[in-house]
Amino acid sequence: MNLNIEIVMAFFLLSCLMLTACSRMLHCIRIVVLQGLLLGVLPLLLAEHIHTEQYVAAALNIIIKAAALPVLLYLAMKKADVKRELEPLVSYPVSLLVVLCGIAGAFMLSAHLSLPESSSNSLRLVLPVSFSVVFTGLFIVMARKKAITQAIGFLTFENGIALFGTGMMLECGLAVELGILLDVFVLVFVMGIAVMRINRAFEHIDSDKLVLLGETSGGNEK
Amino acid sequence: MTDKFIFWLIWFVISLAAAPILPGIINKVKAFFAGRKGPSVFQLYYDLVKLLRKESIVSTTSGGVLFFAPAVILATLIGAALFLPFGGQHSPLGFTGDIILFFYLLGTSRVAMIFGALDTGSSFEGMGSSREAHFAALAEAAIFAIIAFLVLLTGRCGTEMLSFTGFSGSMYATSLLLCAGAFFVVLLVENCRVPADDPDTHLELTMIHEAMVLDYAGPDLAAILYAGALKLWLFVSFFVMLLMPAGEWSFLEYSSVFTAGIVLTTVIVGCAESCMARYRFLKVPQMLTGALCTALLAVFFLVFFEGVVR
Repeated sequence: MNLNIEIVMAFFLLSCLMLTACSRMLHCIRIVVLQGLLLGVLPLLLAEHIHTEQYVAAALNIIIKAAALPVLLYLAMKKADVKRELEPLVSYPVSLLVVLCGIAGAFMLSAHLSLPESSSNSLRLVLPVSFSVVFTGLFIVMARKKAITQAIGFLTFENGIALFGTGMMLECGLAVELGILLDVFVLVFVMGIAVMRINRAFEHIDSDKLVLLGETSGGNEK
Repeated sequence: MTDKFIFWLIWFVISLAAAPILPGIINKVKAFFAGRKGPSVFQLYYDLVKLLRKESIVSTTSGGVLFFAPAVILATLIGAALFLPFGGQHSPLGFTGDIILFFYLLGTSRVAMIFGALDTGSSFEGMGSSREAHFAALAEAAIFAIIAFLVLLTGRCGTEMLSFTGFSGSMYATSLLLCAGAFFVVLLVENCRVPADDPDTHLELTMIHEAMVLDYAGPDLAAILYAGALKLWLFVSFFVMLLMPAGEWSFLEYSSVFTAGIVLTTVIVGCAESCMARYRFLKVPQMLTGALCTALLAVFFLVFFEGVVR
């Protein structure tokens, strides 16, 4: 049982690293799908006795985080016609190292936290990973310029919180999580629309600039 | 002359003899993916024999390093091979900390190759050398993270640590898999396989290793080709030893599992090579940083989750 959880946690951390390292948005969205699936599987692995509640949590997580939100992101990406983040504020190798430091910090922090006596062994596994995912999400929001990548960062951040919630296995964890899920859903929705609007409003200005550049430097570059 | 020593010796000799098969297997897999028949698995042996019969030509602009480089490369690689625990037995030359010597012998062979390439005075080879040195420096970070992981896991500091690790569904399975993943990336980069370098091309923009060996001919080229195959064999065996469960193996069991592991790993390299495109040069450092991060993740998992540090 512990081994399964550990493997899920390993995949979560790897997905964080991949997310910070990849510049193609389609890949980023795929990684978000992966995280959604992992989050969906986790309650089934954690619970000692699987009730309907776990199934509901798993199904909802998978439907919303691994299907609905990525589709919205994908549509926003299509409409805005951005395929990749070309010039992030922090370069990719440096981002990787920063995120690695964040992960190390998260592990050290959670090793020093005094957990309640009643907490299960699995919490010890989930806690540092959830902190790391939260850190990665926040870092991506800070270090990337494009709105879609920032939305992806925010989603990751939320995944981290959900991971923490699942790991804690709170009494009414499902209700809390559903609330958060709704928030995020609305936020990504709004962000998607905003990205489209921004893109529509500023498209002309951008391309005008590119044409001006092209006259002097024979710009065939994009 | 104990049994253990004979086991080790047999596998050492097999390694030296069978190394040229690995590139053959990779090429066969690539040919299979492309729907061709492909050259024989033993093609490299034929090439080596052909090259050994030719005369060696040394460029007139060379200052002499070019002449020595192949010998140094070959000697350091065979020297490195002496330290691997072949046959599941400790190398008779092994001592505490010899894993560092192992990787630095590989490093020395690379330095010899770079000096040889620079010695020709061709700008082309200088370019290849510069790339090789750049990527190798980054790969070293990942290698040392992997060594740190192995030391923490086994509590030993020599290459014999490899015969104490292994994937057997035990407590440290996750971290070991992460570490093996990181090592696999290092294997691809160090041996100039796709996605870091393309061993098939001879285009100036895409070569690393090939650009450095352009000026060798005859027996020198044979030495370089053989050294490349041996290096691949060393890395693949390291990878297999990393994943092979520890335990009491009889010689026959060990040999069959080890051979199967080597062939399987080589086929995986071939598949990766057939299915992926070579990365842009800017991406390779990123890939190596990723390997470093994965290896360090393995260390975190080991220290914080699995707590089996000795």
